[in-house]
Amino acid sequence: MLLTDSTKKLSFNRKISDGDLVIVYEKHDTMKAVKVSEKSVLENRFGVFKHSDWIGKPFGCKVSSHKGGFVYLLAPTPELWTLVLSHRTQILYIADISFVVMYLELIPGCVVLESGTGSGSLTTSLARAIAPMGHVYTFDFHEQRAEAARADFEKTGLSSLVTVGVRDIQGEGFPKDLVGVADAVFLDLPQPWLAIPSAGEMLKPDGVLCSFSPCIEQVQRSSETLTSKFTDIRTFEVLLRTYEVREVKMDQCQSEEGTPGSHRPSKRKHRASEASHWQQDSSGSPVVMARPSSEARGHTGYLTFARLRCVE
Amino acid sequence: MSTIEHENSSQNRRITWEGCSVLLDINDGDRLLFSRLTAGSIVKIGNKNYPLQPLIGCPFGSLFQVENGINGPCLSRVIPTPEANNNTEDKREGAVKDESRDNRALIDNNTAQTLTGEDIEGLRRQGASGNEIVEALIANSATFENKTAFSQEKYRLKKQKKYAPKVLLRRPFARSVCDTYFKKYPARIGFLRVDTLSLLLSFANVTAQSDVLVVDMIGGLITGAVAERLGGTGYVCNTYRGDSPHSLEIVRMFNFGDEINRRIVRLPLTELSASHVGDSKGNGHLQVADSIENPSNQSDVTLSSIQSDQPVSMEATTVASEDEKPDTVTVVAKVHKAVQPGEKAPEDAIKSWKENGFSSLIIAAPDADAWNIVKEVLPFLSFSAPFVIYHQYLQPLATCMHNLQVEKMAIGLQITEPWLREYQVLPSRTHPHMQMSASGGYVLSGTKIYNEDQPNK
Repeated sequence: MLLTDSTKKLSFNRKISDGDLVIVYEKHDTMKAVKVSEKSVLENRFGVFKHSDWIGKPFGCKVSSHKGGFVYLLAPTPELWTLVLSHRTQILYIADISFVVMYLELIPGCVVLESGTGSGSLTTSLARAIAPMGHVYTFDFHEQRAEAARADFEKTGLSSLVTVGVRDIQGEGFPKDLVGVADAVFLDLPQPWLAIPSAGEMLKPDGVLCSFSPCIEQVQRSSETLTSKFTDIRTFEVLLRTYEVREVKMDQCQSEEGTPGSHRPSKRKHRASEASHWQQDSSGSPVVMARPSSEARGHTGYLTFARLRCVE
Repeated sequence: MSTIEHENSSQNRRITWEGCSVLLDINDGDRLLFSRLTAGSIVKIGNKNYPLQPLIGCPFGSLFQVENGINGPCLSRVIPTPEANNNTEDKREGAVKDESRDNRALIDNNTAQTLTGEDIEGLRRQGASGNEIVEALIANSATFENKTAFSQEKYRLKKQKKYAPKVLLRRPFARSVCDTYFKKYPARIGFLRVDTLSLLLSFANVTAQSDVLVVDMIGGLITGAVAERLGGTGYVCNTYRGDSPHSLEIVRMFNFGDEINRRIVRLPLTELSASHVGDSKGNGHLQVADSIENPSNQSDVTLSSIQSDQPVSMEATTVASEDEKPDTVTVVAKVHKAVQPGEKAPEDAIKSWKENGFSSLIIAAPDADAWNIVKEVLPFLSFSAPFVIYHQYLQPLATCMHNLQVEKMAIGLQITEPWLREYQVLPSRTHPHMQMSASGGYVLSGTKIYNEDQPNK
């Protein structure tokens, strides 16, 4: 998924080959990750697609099924991966992920700790930020979940950048061999305040911690715990609003007597005669307009950031 | 741990060094300014000048207070003790229990403080520290005792800011650079808020080894943020129409070493469009970046060398770039010539981009039409590669998205607008901040597709 392997780097000449991971794009909210295998087929509502037809085609191409339906084949990115990964837990989405990576000040070479791993949605983006020489140590207390995450990182080609550990971070803290090596720590735990003292030991001075919590009571308690060793404690909420774009042919509002504005005061009284004043005129050119989508995610979680105080 | 060795990368240094760029946060974000730590650089706080020399060799994140030294005013490092810290916690808890006091008896007639300006000056002459003056002010305030604990805290903080200012030493990272510009000069970065910037980097899938094409018309903020993520691998190539590359002044606020600056390049669109390598207008362009920085065209004199002679806060840089160059331009013969960001792209890289395309595209051109730019530069992006366009207005993006759809150039098109709210979190007093930024701009993102009808090249 990342560009660490130069033979897999995107290019005008890069063709899909056997064994590649592709994102099959039906429409913006319907996608699926598929491992290309010469003898396999993909079946969906558009028909049956033979993988062998895909091999040798460029990424980003349109491919057809036996009945003429089509999908696009895309190269995976962490953003697409977040949309297709199997949800073993509630996951973080792009707005939170992006903000976390930026505020944790992650750059290539950083060491970052994460708990819990969950579905690995954030992990993928953390790995992208610290590649090629940094490392992500991620922990989950759920053995099966950790195993599934490991398999995913293998599949997406991130396993050299990510180590998945099975550990109860709230109960035991981070492993002692990571003391003082972390540039950043990310916590997504039900009781983050239990893990904060250990996180403080792992961080380098001035290193950044982030705790993600859906409830304000958790934030309250975490923030109180943070004050003893941390500074610059700040809590944010970040959301996205998406827009629908449409080309609309607007009725041209032309009144008989001049500017449309001149009619406004009498609008209500003379409703019956309105139609004759506001004539439809289809000669108007179409206009592209945007409106916010009606539904949006209203809350994900609060992001609390803090820096380990420098005491040396 | 095999990972610890990577510490030496100059990008991730946690201790300041002579000549490094720093962000000074004075009084908890009241004032933010960029500076370069050199033997002669100073910062002005109130009406006094403080040398920055004592900051060299300190860890980022260190806190300093002002003091009257033997050689005049100076900054001295404060190391917080755990005890000092417990005190503040006690105060906080006190604030919760203490709900009986209120401001019903407060009369605002300006007589509460019995210390006069002259008294304070007197204290100062006797060598009282800022904190001692604050304590004296509190002791002499007739109303302090009747304030609620919360407003006592506020009073103390206000006086502390004036009489005992604190300077926090911060690393200039994309996060702090964007935050600072957004706070001080939002128009210069096209009102691009830090959460929006973070979205751009995600949507464009910026990662090590990427070749990122940018149209950065917001002072180099995008270029700097991308270069930070590339960490000295891949390239960030800033393309432009006409003869003058876009300004990269903000890139100089980051602490990039040669290995990163070398990866920040520029290329005029005409050369990118030319079908053959070497079809360019020759080396005439090579001098352009320099002459932009130095209209006098003394190509061996660079801004960083100016900065080494003179403290340059962001204010000072502004003056330098907008007005005439300061006289100091003529000084300097640098022993080691550092690599400057924004040199012309090397031929082998240009050749590779023409053959393979770029792996990401980011456009931030607040005063230009998004569609006009994207239709010209999208052909240089690889198939299946992500692109993202920032704009402070919605309409140009809506039109652009519609056109991309109609022309079947991309899929996964989406316009998003981030929303960011900060919270005050205190015992029993948690609520969103009273003031927030209402707009951080709009983002159009998508993935380029392979279109058999209009193949590239």
